[in-house]
Amino acid sequence: MNNGKKSRFLFTVTCFGLAFLYIPMLMLIVYSFNYSKLVPVWGGFSTRWYGVLFESEEVWRAVTLSLKIATVNACFATILGTLAGLALVRFGQFKGRTLFSGMITAPLVMPEVITGLSLLLLFITLKEFIGWPDKRGFTTITIAHITFSMAYVAVIIQSRLAGMAQDLEEAAQDLGAKPFRVLTDITLPLIAPGMLAGWLLSFTLSLDDLIIASFVSGPGAVTLPMLIYSRVRLGLRPDINALATIIILVVAIGVLLAAWIMLRQQKQRQLELQMSGED
Amino acid sequence: MPDPSQYTDRPWMDSDAEPFIKVQSVSKQFGSFTAVDNVDLDIYKGELFSLLGGSGCGKTTLLRMLAGFETPSSGNIFIDGVNMNDVPPYERPVNMMFQSYALFPHMTVENNVAYGLKREGFGKIEIKQRVDDMLAMVELTQFSKRKPHQLSGGQKQRVALARALVKSPKVLLLDEPLAALDKRLREQTQFELMNIQEQLGVTFVVVTHDQEEAMTLSTRIAVMDTGRFMQIGTPTEIYEFPESRLVANFIGNANMFQGRIIENGPDHVVVQSKQPECEIYIDHGLEIQEGHKVWVALRPEKIKISKQAPDEARANQVKGVVHDIAYLGKISIYRVKIDDDTLIEVTSPNLSRPKDGNLAIDWEDEVYLSWEASSSVVLSK
Amino acid sequence: MTLQGISRSLQRNWKSVVVFIPFFWLLIFFLAPFFIVFKISLSEATIASPPFLPMINWVDEGVMHIKLVFDNFAYLWEDDLYVKTYISSLKISSISTLICLLIGYPMAYAIVRSSQTRKNILLMLVILPFWTSFLLRVYAWMGLLADQGTINNLLIAIGLIDEPIRLLYSHFAVYVGIVYTYLPFMILPLYANMEKLDWTLLEAAEDLGARPATTFLTVTVPMTLPGIIAGSLLVFIPATGEYVIPDLLGGGNVLMIGRILYNEFNANVDWPVASAVAIALLLVLVLPMMLYQHVQGKETESK
Repeated sequence: MNNGKKSRFLFTVTCFGLAFLYIPMLMLIVYSFNYSKLVPVWGGFSTRWYGVLFESEEVWRAVTLSLKIATVNACFATILGTLAGLALVRFGQFKGRTLFSGMITAPLVMPEVITGLSLLLLFITLKEFIGWPDKRGFTTITIAHITFSMAYVAVIIQSRLAGMAQDLEEAAQDLGAKPFRVLTDITLPLIAPGMLAGWLLSFTLSLDDLIIASFVSGPGAVTLPMLIYSRVRLGLRPDINALATIIILVVAIGVLLAAWIMLRQQKQRQLELQMSGED
Repeated sequence: MPDPSQYTDRPWMDSDAEPFIKVQSVSKQFGSFTAVDNVDLDIYKGELFSLLGGSGCGKTTLLRMLAGFETPSSGNIFIDGVNMNDVPPYERPVNMMFQSYALFPHMTVENNVAYGLKREGFGKIEIKQRVDDMLAMVELTQFSKRKPHQLSGGQKQRVALARALVKSPKVLLLDEPLAALDKRLREQTQFELMNIQEQLGVTFVVVTHDQEEAMTLSTRIAVMDTGRFMQIGTPTEIYEFPESRLVANFIGNANMFQGRIIENGPDHVVVQSKQPECEIYIDHGLEIQEGHKVWVALRPEKIKISKQAPDEARANQVKGVVHDIAYLGKISIYRVKIDDDTLIEVTSPNLSRPKDGNLAIDWEDEVYLSWEASSSVVLSK
Repeated sequence: MTLQGISRSLQRNWKSVVVFIPFFWLLIFFLAPFFIVFKISLSEATIASPPFLPMINWVDEGVMHIKLVFDNFAYLWEDDLYVKTYISSLKISSISTLICLLIGYPMAYAIVRSSQTRKNILLMLVILPFWTSFLLRVYAWMGLLADQGTINNLLIAIGLIDEPIRLLYSHFAVYVGIVYTYLPFMILPLYANMEKLDWTLLEAAEDLGARPATTFLTVTVPMTLPGIIAGSLLVFIPATGEYVIPDLLGGGNVLMIGRILYNEFNANVDWPVASAVAIALLLVLVLPMMLYQHVQGKETESK
């Protein structure tokens, strides 16, 4: 294989792969504007399913609940995950470190059905013994989400801390900052971008979760994925296409915005670097 | 009665002087690896002291123990009479300049320099005053609002220096302070560092792997290897009177001959060397018995190279053939083959321009090497 | 204790607090649940709430009577359905992982070797689906694969077929769904691994006379092995326990263990058997999970 052939092969596979990733989503969007109730049969352009979607009180309730869970989850998971990352990278050896680091990474690869089942059984056992949680719903779903989201945050923070030279923290100590002060003055500001990334990831993971939420939820508490699932199980529904279109657009705009900001910062940095070289 | 003032420049000669930093049989183990092996060291006030050695010799570990980032596995460290073993880094009267500079990337130059003063709880006005003074001293006043990533390497180095000095520490620790700078800037900064040290009178402890840097900067140098001191002394002592082959080779180059002492007078010794076959007359006495085997070091620049046979003196001369020449401009390095196993290196200044492109001494020329009685030194270890 | 006292002791012991809070959380909400699952898997089912009998009974004054029931595990072993389902799950997830690797490897390679701007765009295109709803991406394939779906309509329109062919509710659909949703999980670790590679090694191999195919097999593949392992496990492990994809795309025709567990629990309300299924699944996956931790641990250390 010569170089030209090789790069043509790579190019083809990449295009095919990206098409594979994007065509289904594109079709989802196209059919959301279909007038016909039968999703794959084109009946002319219309936005009527968006209207149907917005009028549904059920949908609004599910969206509100999901957003509430996602927000609370993201905040708690960021705090807990950051603490865990700090402990694992900066505190050296402590009792139970191996167990701790195992428990942090395990949720990343644990099949959701197992996590969901085990947490539900825990909540039931707890209720039996201490009477809490009285009702399954918002609280139990949020706790379940925090448990796996914090693992993702911890991994992000760990890699950020590992890439950060310990010199900076030592320098602060050398200049008279006590360890807690070093944490607030130096470490936290420097891992803040990682914490932000962790927050966003936790938020998305929570919004996306179906299995664990269905296990630990109780009567009356229906998250958005649970609602979507209960509808699409029975077949294609144009209003779900409309909902999907909205979600894809929101995510796409968010990701593009983040990418744009990052690119601009990068350019700014390069410019400043050139400037300093000229003095 | 010796006059105490005669030692003001050389406090280590004065047996009454109190050392400012006292390292007392300090060891440091990392697992089964011994980084620092039972060392003792006295450093006096106002010194510019260098710890010199290759990577892994323990110099950085020792410096980090002075700063408080590592605790000795055994032994004690005193600074200004206080035992530092239980004093955390943030309460020690020392500041450190890091090899990477470790400037806080999220703070401006001004805030970087002010950080240490803020931790000590000074008032806003005083902090501003001292930061401004310090930035003026390192000539960075117009960069005070910049962030570290907007500075060049030399500017960063000066911010790091200002940040470490602004708290007026009793001791400034410098970890490879010039390693990240290019050659020209490094030479210029060496002199700046010395000026600042003289101006402020702060005791400097410098870690470096660069022997030239150590020679230029220091009042005294400690040469380290495998966690121990090989020799401690002034640059001249270390260069002119190395105690071991390792030190002789680490600082500059040296030709090394092994021989047997055949004559030992109060003011001189004569060593009979086998390779090369010659007698070496040395003008310092030794407390070693006749017949002992010793090593003799001879610096390349202390050897005279000539095509003419020197006067009839029997000792301190050999004959050979030029094996290699490296022309470096201001000097040339010759490798002269004495016998099958012996090459002697000689450096010689190029006092005059080679005529018609022909070197005064050329490859395969037969030459005589000779040196003074004060040129060679017997290695005592 | 006064407020000042609390703040002072916090100043002194904050490190323990930092470790303790997440540690405690994980002990209660991650580790403890597994013991409960394990315990219930050894209990007897009953029609009650909760639907299992306690395994510790207090018989007369404080005489403890522990009843362990291994029936649930024996049941799993004896019933053909469960064993078949485990094997079918592993088969589906292994083949999907292989397909992901075959598509993902050249893609990651192409992304790493492209120019900086193109690299950023391509990388973003790979990550973007990762942030959109997993459920909706599976749903998208329902529309494509249905009897009246886009693909069938297209094939009929161009005259390739006269009648719709069965695409949805088949093994084929499940493979498509798993590869589709897990492809980014393969590409990203591979990309992260390849980005750190020293590409001059490839030039060195070529310079020493290796042909491109030899260079690929003897240098590129061994160097990217950690990425291959991490990516494959990130696809293989969750795919084995997958529930949504076999349920929505496979219908009743595809046996996967995640679905059995879910149904056993929700439809049959047989908690002990569901727990036993979960424990058995965990046993199947514990080796790949440990391997993943090992690979990840090495990656972080090498940084």
